Amino acid sequence: MNFFSNKWIAEWLQGLGRITLLCQEAVHSLFTRKITWRDLIYQLHFIGVKSQSVVLITGAFTGMVLCAQTYFQFHKVRMDTATLAVVSVSMASELGPVLTALMVAGRVGAAMAAELGTMKVTEQIDALRTLATHPVDYLVVPRLLSAIIAVPLLNAEAIALGIGAGYVLGVSLLGIDPTYLWQNMLKYTVATDVMIGVIKSFIFGGIVAVIGCYKGMSCGEGAEGVGRATTEAVVYSSITILISNFFLTISLGELLSYL
Amino acid sequence: MIEVRDLKKSFGPQRVLDGVSFRIETGESVVIIGRSGCGKSILLKHLIGLLTSEEGEVLVDGENLGRMNERQLLRVRHKFGMLFQGAALFDSMTVAENVGFALRRLGKLTEAEIAKKIGEALDMVELPGVEEKKPSELSGGMRKRVGLARAIVYQPEIVLYDEPTTGLDPIVADSIDQLILRVCERLKVTTVVVTHDMRSARRIGQRIMMLHRGKIYVTGTPDEIFRSQDPVVNRFVNGISDPKELYF
Ligand SMILES: Nc1ncnc2c1ncn2[C@@H]1O[C@H](COP(=O)(O)OP(=O)(O)O)[C@@H](O)[C@H]1O
Ligand SMILES: [Mg+2]
Repeated sequence: MNFFSNKWIAEWLQGLGRITLLCQEAVHSLFTRKITWRDLIYQLHFIGVKSQSVVLITGAFTGMVLCAQTYFQFHKVRMDTATLAVVSVSMASELGPVLTALMVAGRVGAAMAAELGTMKVTEQIDALRTLATHPVDYLVVPRLLSAIIAVPLLNAEAIALGIGAGYVLGVSLLGIDPTYLWQNMLKYTVATDVMIGVIKSFIFGGIVAVIGCYKGMSCGEGAEGVGRATTEAVVYSSITILISNFFLTISLGELLSYL
Repeated sequence: MIEVRDLKKSFGPQRVLDGVSFRIETGESVVIIGRSGCGKSILLKHLIGLLTSEEGEVLVDGENLGRMNERQLLRVRHKFGMLFQGAALFDSMTVAENVGFALRRLGKLTEAEIAKKIGEALDMVELPGVEEKKPSELSGGMRKRVGLARAIVYQPEIVLYDEPTTGLDPIVADSIDQLILRVCERLKVTTVVVTHDMRSARRIGQRIMMLHRGKIYVTGTPDEIFRSQDPVVNRFVNGISDPKELYF
């Protein structure tokens, strides 16, 4: 038991260390190397444009179900018109960023790990290195940068659509007074909520790209290795997102209240 | 010039290289032979710094690769071209993009100049007119040729070949041997070939080294190796298994 837990902790810490080194190399490369625009645009298209349907559906249905459930509870105490305020605050600061990031992790993080993992096992990454190209410059930086740009935009879309869908549902199906509903939402949603959401989505975008690329580049042998790298990329980035979300909510709330 | 001094490499408990030392002069063609799984690819990867080891040294033109970080190694790798065992072409790119990759990354030439160099390199490997094909559409021998074109297009000083003829039929294998000789002659490069194909070793090598049990077992001219009376060398050259040893 002791032996296994020690080994597990050692491996976990080693992984953490390697991810840190990867981040350091990526940030260094981001500021010192020329960006290849072609790769960046390709990745932006893949991460941003192609994830839209998934993210929009997630946003819309989460907004609606949240609106309905809040209404059912609030109706009992005659607070119908506060419904959309709850939807908007929770969408903007929690559900929007987290659900967007989870969907992107499932779609994009997995694809990154599978692609880089396949390149690793077929020696294409070694071939890159012999052609005097640093894999971080060529593979990681475009992906990281695109994820950091695309995820906040996807997040904004998900939030807007979620609130919009909630509003339509509340007004048309649940029969809430539209003016009060809208005004209350504006009154109770403050800039801090939106800001927390935006900051989170930048960080989550980075998490998905870094873990996806790390898992791909440290992929084990053969088809099994690629499969495992893909699964681990999704599982680890999802868990990292959920855990860091808690700490971000706590710390960002405090931090932004000082400003 | 490449110099290896007492190089050791282990993967976990398995010691693959156990004190390898040799020297390869500029312009020489050297063939390293050895049984499958004896560590030939591992050794070749050390020469170009894809793998590094704490024990022992690899010096390329006097620079110690073991002391460099990845960015410094990139500079040294400009001197090298490498043909991988499975060619390792970038499968998301066309042949032309593969061959022109290093030139584009350097960013010194115009698109027209790059296209011209790609054409020249593909001519050299006798594969004109496949520029727009994807690697998946090519046969094994063609892939190796494209891999070679990609490795020589930026005129390296040293070319490393990892089992260039393995898995090809004898005719194609022969044509690859001719190609290696031609590249060596025309571009005046130092050639290091790793193989277990004795026919090809005899044809290409000015000098043959045999890797056995993690060490360089013998070094000699092809004639010396082929005439050797040493049981290990003799059995390898003639392809005879030892009934007292287990093979799996
Ligand atoms: N990444 C690795 N991890 C563990 N063992 C490895 C690794 N790469 C190679 N080996 C081991 O090293 C030995 C030599 O491999 P290699 O150099 O590829 O042989 P070959 O001479 O056929 O090219 C093999 O027995 C293999 O099991
Ligand atoms: Mg090999």
